[in-house]
Amino acid sequence: MEVVYERPKALTDAPFTYCPGCTHGIIHRLVAEAIDELDIRERTIGICPVGCSVFAYQNWDCDMIQASHGRAPAVATGVKRSLPGRVVFTYQGDGDLLAIGTAETIHAATRGENITVIFVNNGVYGMTRGQIAPTTIPGQRTTTCPTGRSPDLDGNPIRACELLSSLEGPGYIARVAVSRPRYVRQARRAILKAFQTQLDEGGFSLVEVLSSCPSCWGMAPADALEWLEQNMIPYYPLGEFVGGNGEKPGG
Amino acid sequence: MSVEKVLMKGNEALCQGAIDGGCTHFFGYPITPQNEIPEYMSVHLRAAGGVFLQAESEIAAINMVFGAAAAGARSMTSSSGPGIALKQEGLSYLIGAELPCLVVNIVRGGPGLGNIAASQQDYFLATRGGGHGDGRPLVYAPASVQELYDIARNAFGVSERYRNPVMILGDGILGQMMEPLELRGPLQEPMPEKSWAVTGAKGRPRRVINSLHIVPSENETFCRRLAQKYAEAGEKEMAWEEFGADAPELVIVAYGTMARICRSAVTTAIHEGVQARLLRPITLFPFPSARLAELAADANAVLAAEMSSGQLVDDVRIAVGGRAPVDLYGRPGGVTPSPEEVSEYIVSLCRSKSVRAGSEAQ
Repeated sequence: MEVVYERPKALTDAPFTYCPGCTHGIIHRLVAEAIDELDIRERTIGICPVGCSVFAYQNWDCDMIQASHGRAPAVATGVKRSLPGRVVFTYQGDGDLLAIGTAETIHAATRGENITVIFVNNGVYGMTRGQIAPTTIPGQRTTTCPTGRSPDLDGNPIRACELLSSLEGPGYIARVAVSRPRYVRQARRAILKAFQTQLDEGGFSLVEVLSSCPSCWGMAPADALEWLEQNMIPYYPLGEFVGGNGEKPGG
Repeated sequence: MSVEKVLMKGNEALCQGAIDGGCTHFFGYPITPQNEIPEYMSVHLRAAGGVFLQAESEIAAINMVFGAAAAGARSMTSSSGPGIALKQEGLSYLIGAELPCLVVNIVRGGPGLGNIAASQQDYFLATRGGGHGDGRPLVYAPASVQELYDIARNAFGVSERYRNPVMILGDGILGQMMEPLELRGPLQEPMPEKSWAVTGAKGRPRRVINSLHIVPSENETFCRRLAQKYAEAGEKEMAWEEFGADAPELVIVAYGTMARICRSAVTTAIHEGVQARLLRPITLFPFPSARLAELAADANAVLAAEMSSGQLVDDVRIAVGGRAPVDLYGRPGGVTPSPEEVSEYIVSLCRSKSVRAGSEAQ
């Protein structure tokens, strides 16, 4: 019998801890596939955050560090400045990367640290059951903006790729989604390019992955993917912002 | 082993000690009165082949220390009170993940922005610190430029032996003062093998650096293991110095700059007929409680002398355990008392009605 599909070698057999319909599972697999394809498992160190993916150190079959909320890029800097020949990646949510960790994100990027950041954007704080996040879009309801995000009361969202692409340190910045197979294939290519940028010492690399959170959005998984496409993609256009071969935002 | 004698400023002596002790990474941020530390390291640590990086904040710096330590480096950071306060979560993670490192606090006046003068108002922050949860850094209190150098030089070894952060508590005077210093050269002992470090899982099972113990009973086991580490440190690392009368009526407890002041004050007091003895803890955690209890048992009174409103005095009271009355000479806010002010206080304390007569018999 021919094996046509199997768990990537860079994933352990530990079960994922995510809700049914959560797209973290897809994204974990894409990262593992990139590690397998580039054959870097034995020299990769992953850093997982506080958030729904806090237990992700159980899932990737490489050396892992669990870091404090928002600080993974600083931890990654410490690792990479100690072991420059290793591949260092972080895996962060929107609160982690753009609220408490804004300074660490911007400064690792502007220093051009040769690390790869996988940024999972689902517009809420998932682990703590759905509060407003820096990427919650106007009108979106969360537990701390129950009548819908109002820019007057709650401020405006932040577009991470646009923000970071104003800096000179990044070598690859891209935004993708995982709401349909075509987008998942694009995401896979972007994540590969991000890791390749690190291997080429091309500077800071980041892939923002638009992701659904059926539990906190209060939707069935398929409806959540549709909501993502109709509401998040117009606000957060897909494409490559720095580096890559021109899959420009909005294309 | 080469020994070279130089005149050096405390902050810089500490840096050279760390470099001679094998420091490979320094991550820091400017704050007075310790700016000489990142500045010295930016030149001399790089010259020694190490990595210097000025981080975007004290929080980023402690997390860089965390990452480098996880990867097996000898990493350190420095700051003053406000920045050390910011680093508390990072310290807790370092303790919880059992990572070695060196953290230096050159203490200034507080609370809040306070001032840039020397104080001892971070004793609690150091000894009750290490952030949230059960877990403490091992805390050293040098009292001279030589001790700043020697303690820093040995700090990574101690930190690695226990897989626990080491904190050096200096202050704005110690950091700025210049004294003769014997440079002892680089340590001869190589860095121990770190079989727990995350260096890339080549030819071995993967490793995880983590402080999450989601099952409470497992976290209890871990916390008990931490307590055991500290008990062992108490037996092997505790250090203190004594000066003064052999059979004291008054035991004075002071550390760092205050201990230097008290040394002069004790000399004066003895000259005026007061049998005073200074106990100078060099390790603040572990604290030399047993020795203090021993001295207190035969004394009329114990005096905690510190440049704060009263923090060291808590550990003094715990150690004395009622064997003698405990008094406090506390000068908070960045004020440095003179030896004369302290000796006057000591003499009047001993001659006051609250202290039992006994000095003439000695």
